[in-house]
Amino acid sequence: MENNITPYDIIAKAEALRNNLSTGFRDEIVKSIYSEAESIAQRAIKTASDKKYDLDQKIDRLVTSPWTGLPIMLILLGVIIWLTVSGANVVSEAIATVLFAVGDLGRNFFNSLGFIPWWVTGFIWDGVYLGLAWVISVMLPPMMIFFPAFTFLEDLGYLPRVAFNMDWLFKKAGAHGKQSLTMAMGFGCNAAGVVATRVIDSPRERLIAILTNNFVPCNGRFPTLIMLATVFVASAFPAALTSFVAAGTVVGVVLIGVAFTFLMSWLLSRTVLKGEASAFTLELPPYRKPNIGRILYTSIIDRTIFVLWRAMQTAAPAGAIIWILANIPYGDVNLARAIADWLNPFGLLLGLDGVILLAYIIAIPANEIVVPTMMMVYMGAGMMIDGPSSSGAIFDLLVNGNGWTMLTAVNLMLFALLHNPCATTVITIYKETKSWKWATVSVVITLGTAFLVTFLTASIARLFGWV
Amino acid sequence: MTNTKINLPTEHCETCPAFTQLEQMGIKVGDFDRVVALAGNPNTGKSTLFNALTGLKQHTGNWPGKTVTRAEGGYQFNNVKYKIVDLPGTYSLLSASQDEEVARDFILFGQPSCTIVVTDATALERNLNLVMQVMEITDKVVVAVNLMDEARRKGIEVDTRSLARDLGVPAIPITARSGEGVATLLATISDVIEGNITVKPHRVEGTPEFQKAVNELVPMIESMAPGIPNARWLAIRLLDGDARVQKAITSGELGEIVSRQSRADVQFSRKMSVEGRQ
Repeated sequence: MENNITPYDIIAKAEALRNNLSTGFRDEIVKSIYSEAESIAQRAIKTASDKKYDLDQKIDRLVTSPWTGLPIMLILLGVIIWLTVSGANVVSEAIATVLFAVGDLGRNFFNSLGFIPWWVTGFIWDGVYLGLAWVISVMLPPMMIFFPAFTFLEDLGYLPRVAFNMDWLFKKAGAHGKQSLTMAMGFGCNAAGVVATRVIDSPRERLIAILTNNFVPCNGRFPTLIMLATVFVASAFPAALTSFVAAGTVVGVVLIGVAFTFLMSWLLSRTVLKGEASAFTLELPPYRKPNIGRILYTSIIDRTIFVLWRAMQTAAPAGAIIWILANIPYGDVNLARAIADWLNPFGLLLGLDGVILLAYIIAIPANEIVVPTMMMVYMGAGMMIDGPSSSGAIFDLLVNGNGWTMLTAVNLMLFALLHNPCATTVITIYKETKSWKWATVSVVITLGTAFLVTFLTASIARLFGWV
Repeated sequence: MTNTKINLPTEHCETCPAFTQLEQMGIKVGDFDRVVALAGNPNTGKSTLFNALTGLKQHTGNWPGKTVTRAEGGYQFNNVKYKIVDLPGTYSLLSASQDEEVARDFILFGQPSCTIVVTDATALERNLNLVMQVMEITDKVVVAVNLMDEARRKGIEVDTRSLARDLGVPAIPITARSGEGVATLLATISDVIEGNITVKPHRVEGTPEFQKAVNELVPMIESMAPGIPNARWLAIRLLDGDARVQKAITSGELGEIVSRQSRADVQFSRKMSVEGRQ
């Protein structure tokens, strides 16, 4: 530089000048900015009447009141999940019927050609195709109902009210009130929830929000919960009540997840991430008439198709792997069965079984494919020609064919809720925290909780002789 | 793919087609003449305006903190290509949260030709805090008073002329959702960048001793990095002990910005004179 003033001169000068200033000079500036803004705004604004605003305030008084706020939230959550459960079942069965029929046609066509080896036909139609067919029929219907409903509330402006209602709870847990927003995002996708934690200022509270985000079930895990709730819990009730009981069960599981979010946030903020919750301002935006076209576009294209595509990308190789494992002989059985048998003692300890654990290992890239993977291993190599498309068939396969009990179903729901984040979320956590340490911690915390909780419920159930 | 041409509704210049022609360029922003930053409080419709201009479908949602990273897109107006950068919505630029830092760093180090601050006509007072803070950093500011339809419904009348006079920068009433006022906004942005409209941002003075300290630092910064457009803000941040700004000064980042900026200006005027525009 040709001139003789260096950056260090400037910084030194600034330090010297700062010492001469009164300590609160920056606060003074901020204060005068605020008062200037106020007087400029007052000069520019004329308010005639406040009719619409009054209505907004009346609604807000209701949905953010300490008495009615939380119940209204629960009812809305219940309604969304009920819509999803009752609508998705019908569509799921229809899609499954069509896709499995297409699979049959394809397999028969390959066989009729005569020159294609059995293992090519099996690999393509019973492996890759079946994996895809399962994921589409299990995931697509719930997503097509859940995402638009969620986006509707988002567009309406309800989400910030949720944050407002839950702020005191998060504060008690030593976490940031905006964590409820990132938690809400987690219902869609945990990776998206982790990214959304950028709105939290304090690194400590942000880390808590990141590490606990996985305790709310994402859309990849909802189908598992819905299926188990429908097939097991609701089947004990009269048919007319099925969808309500199933929805109630899923809401219950979600609430357990929220409870674990608070518990873990509290534990973290008392131990490794010590500190007090910081204050923040949260704007309650005006309610706006949701734009239906945009809701459909966002929820169908940006969310449903995006998530489904991701699931399909992992389902195809997963289907292939299962087919290969199921067709490599190992002693008297096949390799998949052998691995499942080897995992079985540990699985039983947790109230699960070896197949479920194997499914979770194969499904590490994406949680969406747990149920399909499990089904395919249960059905084995040869006998999966007709996938079970109705709740009755699934119940029969699991209970009579593979020794499931109510404990297996309940513990699988708990495991699905609490277990480790999918690979995408772990990578996102690494990217956001720039630390493998925290990414690892997120896995250890969730997996540890899942093991501990399922072990406890299994032990208690056995102790009391319930199973 | 051809760009979408859109005729915006306008009440000011219906007879002048060039004024109403907006060309959405999506994410094709490789070759652009000007950079425009889009700042504003959360939930004021920044993303809606961004989508309306670029034709992109950046997700918009009715909750604060949705845009945490910056999104980029392009549009063409009166044959000048603009790159527009949608910054995270923030209430201020003072705290250290990541979204505020992204917004602040871009306005300061990204050196946009113009910064649009989108404000909510129904909550102007709170929104003006950010406008004032942006005006501390840069002169080239245009205030877009959005959600005019909502304000009208609530019986709120906004006198944008009084607003512009008090702020010292243009204030344009718009409704991004319907496109109302957007043509005027674009024309104003272009006028501010070309210098057809003179901006004189209103800034708070502070105590006399503070003024004196700032006045001592500004000439030093200006002589170190001649042509720096926001020496005053840098001086204030240095007095505050802002580590990010200290680093920018010592690493030479600031000097680079200035030379890059002047190079771009030369290129642009050469291009304009060759193509006979402006």
